[in-house]
Amino acid sequence: MNENKANPALGMVVSGSVEKGTEVRLDAAASVEDMVVGRYVTIEGKKRRFFGMITDISLGVTDPEIAISPPETNDTFTAAVLEGTATFGALHVLPMLTIGGEASTVTDGPQPVKTVPSHFSRVHLATENDMEIVFGKEDANRFFIGNPLDMETRLCLDLETLVKRSNGIFGKSGTGKTFLTRILLIGMLQKSRAVNLIFDMHNEYGWMGTSEGGQRQVKALKQLFPEKVAVFTLDEENSRRRGVSTDAVVKIGFEEIDPEDIGLLRQTLNLTEAAVEAVYQLRRKMGRSWMQQTLDLGDSEETKKLLEELSIHESTFQNLKRGLGTIRRLPFIVARSPVDAVKSIMDYLDRGMNVVLEFGRFRDITAYVLVANMLARRIYARYQEKMEASMAGNIAPPTPLVITIEEAHKFLNPEVAPRTIFGTIAREMRKYNVTLLVIDQRPSAIDEEIMSQMGTKITCLLDNERDIDAVLAGVSGKNELKTVLARLAPKQQALIFGHAVPMLVPFRPRDWGTTESYKEFTQEGGTMAKAEKDIKDLFD
Amino acid sequence: MENKIAEVIAAGSTGFTAECYELFHIPPLGSLVFTVNPPLEIIGVVCEAKTEGIEPGRKPAARGKDEATDEAVYRTSPQLAKLLRSEFTAVVIGHKNGDKIYPYLPPRPARLHGFVYPGPTETVKSFGDSLDFLSLLANADTATPAEELTAAVLREMSRVQTDPAAFLLKAGKKLTTIYSGDYAKLKAVLGRLSL
Repeated sequence: MNENKANPALGMVVSGSVEKGTEVRLDAAASVEDMVVGRYVTIEGKKRRFFGMITDISLGVTDPEIAISPPETNDTFTAAVLEGTATFGALHVLPMLTIGGEASTVTDGPQPVKTVPSHFSRVHLATENDMEIVFGKEDANRFFIGNPLDMETRLCLDLETLVKRSNGIFGKSGTGKTFLTRILLIGMLQKSRAVNLIFDMHNEYGWMGTSEGGQRQVKALKQLFPEKVAVFTLDEENSRRRGVSTDAVVKIGFEEIDPEDIGLLRQTLNLTEAAVEAVYQLRRKMGRSWMQQTLDLGDSEETKKLLEELSIHESTFQNLKRGLGTIRRLPFIVARSPVDAVKSIMDYLDRGMNVVLEFGRFRDITAYVLVANMLARRIYARYQEKMEASMAGNIAPPTPLVITIEEAHKFLNPEVAPRTIFGTIAREMRKYNVTLLVIDQRPSAIDEEIMSQMGTKITCLLDNERDIDAVLAGVSGKNELKTVLARLAPKQQALIFGHAVPMLVPFRPRDWGTTESYKEFTQEGGTMAKAEKDIKDLFD
Repeated sequence: MENKIAEVIAAGSTGFTAECYELFHIPPLGSLVFTVNPPLEIIGVVCEAKTEGIEPGRKPAARGKDEATDEAVYRTSPQLAKLLRSEFTAVVIGHKNGDKIYPYLPPRPARLHGFVYPGPTETVKSFGDSLDFLSLLANADTATPAEELTAAVLREMSRVQTDPAAFLLKAGKKLTTIYSGDYAKLKAVLGRLSL
């Protein structure tokens, strides 16, 4: 066993079970006060090396009598004798992975644990090298997102793996979800070979965003990667005022709105179930221009006849008309759109450009839900066609697409999830090369089925019991992890677990917002290299 | 060997009793002594000692009423040195065969009339290094309480160590395993270890 002076053993395994983890008795030389919950340790079993996390630290005595009549305060000799022998520190370690000793760990990397280390196995703090074996090095596919708490090691995500499934970022408002999302988006844009479509409700991802508290402006994607990001806007005026260089303005024609979109807005538009039903009938009867025609229907005999024919009640019709009126008043809704927004977004995506759609001043949820759902549905349909064509063997499959949505519970709550396109995408996973990045502050409001389908979840601080339960549903060792989640600092700490990481890790996201941090991000992405090349080309 | 101090007058597997050649020249409680039963050196620690009359039926009587000092009693009654004798009992804590020390009972007991010598510093040190004899000592059936005896032995041994405090700490830690489950006894021993 490799006892070395730089990393002396902490203690040895004295009991344990796969389900509950192992008890480690600290050596007399290791101070219990140096141990920290959440630190990583390695356990040198006889046949395997285990990688685990300290989940609890306790004080033990061999004889309960010691606790009842401890040595006198001035009896330092007895206290010194008892320390580390009859009284000792104990660690509770949850082994999570095996990182050596088996053939499979050499070929396939760390494996989940299926056993416990044998009695008296020595326990060491995990070294940088161990951490690298587990979390990987930064490379062409892996992106550095932060450091595990209390460690200098870089936590790297395999982004190709990440984007193969839908993922979620959760946390209370103000805990750093947006910062984390920006970092992740940059990672994807650099290293995942996927393109992003971001429905940017609060205008934070395309151009300037504000840091928490609004004290300072921080850069966003387009400023750092102008050649890879296109900003679309629904509110040209607002974008211009903010000095954003937009690539296109999105207008939506009446004809582009389908009954499904109205169904989704039932609650926000205060429509009755019957009114939603009526939309489908009107669409069937009138065809694509149903919305224009419905809005044009006056208070005439003909209208009455039509309603009778479709057996729509007068009050239902009025209810619907009021709702449609709300939609019509949205400034980006026009009778006939001059350009096909979906087509131009698709053009950018096909070229490998990432698209951020800014909502400008239209931050109300009606606009967001309507536009996001409508565009996503049609883009998804295009992807479906392309994917099917590629399966037939004619063309290459389309570039994987990640759609980012905020306030996700509005699309994915149990009531509407079966009807929205996002529900479908989340459930179908990557069948058609489209996945979701869901950002939300109320994970408990999201449909359970969809939560369970998410590959990787990143969560900042949550303190609502139901939200914590929803995020951790299905994770082994849930109760122990609940304490870890509830102990995260309110800012700049997050927990990641799921498909893209070998084990659950509490971490501190990397810096964002300083000149230094921008430089690091852009250097990784090759922008600097490109700029240097451009300069060189210019003078050659 | 020149420094013999006593002679074995009773011997068993776990201990031996020896009579001192000089009245009152009893090695201290807890000190290391040995006797030879070739090829073995049988090593024990003094666990009990007494001085009494040589005739079992005849009890010593008080003689110093008119003397100024107790030394004077012996001066005025020189026969006392012949009528009294000092003896001690040692509990065996190990044996030596050649250069090797074994911290457990020897295969044969001490020989009667074997000479008894004080333990050499080197032997004391090597017993102090391993401390394996402590469990033998803690379980020995002696008239002196085991805690008293153990503490006495460790105090004696600590005298020849280069760092007596560190030695006692190490011995104390060893005792915690021997007395695990009997904290009161452990505390009693530790309380008697201060130098």
